[in-house]
Amino acid sequence: MAIKREYDVVIIGGGPAGLTAGIYTARARLKSLLIERGATGGLIVNAGVVENYPGFPDGINGLELAEAMHQQAVKFGLETLTADVTGLELKDERRVVKTSEGDVAARAVIVAGGSDRVKLGVPGEEEFTGRGVAYCAICDGYFYRDVPVAVVGGGNAAVNEALELTKFASRVTIIHRREELRATKILQERAFAEPKIEFSWNTVVEAVEGEDTVKKLRLKNVQNGEKSTLDISGVFMAVGFRPNTGYLKSVLTLADDGTVITNEKMETAVPGIFAAGDIRSSSIRQVAAAVGDGSVAAIYAERYIAAK
Amino acid sequence: MSKPVEVNDSNFDQMVLQSKTPVLVDFWAAWCGPCRMVAPLVEELAGEYEGKVTMVKLNVDENPQIASQYGIMSIPTLLVFKDGAPVSNIVGFRPKAELQRSLDAVL
Repeated sequence: MAIKREYDVVIIGGGPAGLTAGIYTARARLKSLLIERGATGGLIVNAGVVENYPGFPDGINGLELAEAMHQQAVKFGLETLTADVTGLELKDERRVVKTSEGDVAARAVIVAGGSDRVKLGVPGEEEFTGRGVAYCAICDGYFYRDVPVAVVGGGNAAVNEALELTKFASRVTIIHRREELRATKILQERAFAEPKIEFSWNTVVEAVEGEDTVKKLRLKNVQNGEKSTLDISGVFMAVGFRPNTGYLKSVLTLADDGTVITNEKMETAVPGIFAAGDIRSSSIRQVAAAVGDGSVAAIYAERYIAAK
Repeated sequence: MSKPVEVNDSNFDQMVLQSKTPVLVDFWAAWCGPCRMVAPLVEELAGEYEGKVTMVKLNVDENPQIASQYGIMSIPTLLVFKDGAPVSNIVGFRPKAELQRSLDAVL
């Protein structure tokens, strides 16, 4: 496909990392394009209140924060394109980003496409999505008023989802395949103190069952193999995230988990290609980190371009 | 340029089920972030599909009857109705191109 447009910097992904990079590159008067396949904001648009992003003692709504970042980036001249990125190629000095809306060329690319929620991959999951299988408590908790639900997972996402669900559900069972939670201590404390939350340790979900809507889960204890069922009206999956790096395999050597390896300058092994945010191997998956990565990547991208 | 009209439990039958043209119903609520993201896309589609598909919005907080009648357990959910029955069901935020594909598939 012919190259439609040329930029100094192309940023892939419109979450906090990408938007921050865009603020910096636009202010550096680099011709910048941010490509996002959905709506800007990334995963925080599903967060009710972001409590740990610095500057907001009373917390801030995830979508509001994302919208403010977007507004700020666009104000300085960042261009945006809604498209799917399907490939990244190196053509001499140019980095060509292939998208569903045509190809764009850049002198530097910042990959900030983050990650997507992992599906559990059990029978019944697809079938009942939207009818008892859900991935976002803030979004859907309302539909599970006064009924028992389950949350699958043991990290921050799972605990946050469970705590959110206690506002609606009669009972929340956290199903985790290990003996203890991975979540931040303060979240664990809240979960243990919450009377509506129960725990099913060393347990995995084998299947989701129901009729029109979900009625129960088939469970297995991973230590002794014992099988059981749990009657619930809804199950929220919070088992992890998968980095959006499929299209990068031809250009970069990815880590085993599919994330992008960078140094502290957000540089990848390929000159002119940088990465920021959750997509990075050492990411701690926090907005504050993504914002930091975005600014660093932008500055080093600027220096890279200036040196050419 | 048509903007999506708000429907409710009382006028749903008349506005959606009795409609001669297909109707896309956007089930939403104020506290739902992704719903706010889908809203502008539905507005754009309202103009593009004028005459072919009518876009309406139903607030599930204020209209629990219709929402539960159609088994809505997740929002945003976009249901396309044709001749009084749902023919297409989109759960969760999708980019505009995907919404267009779903609409074109039922027209």
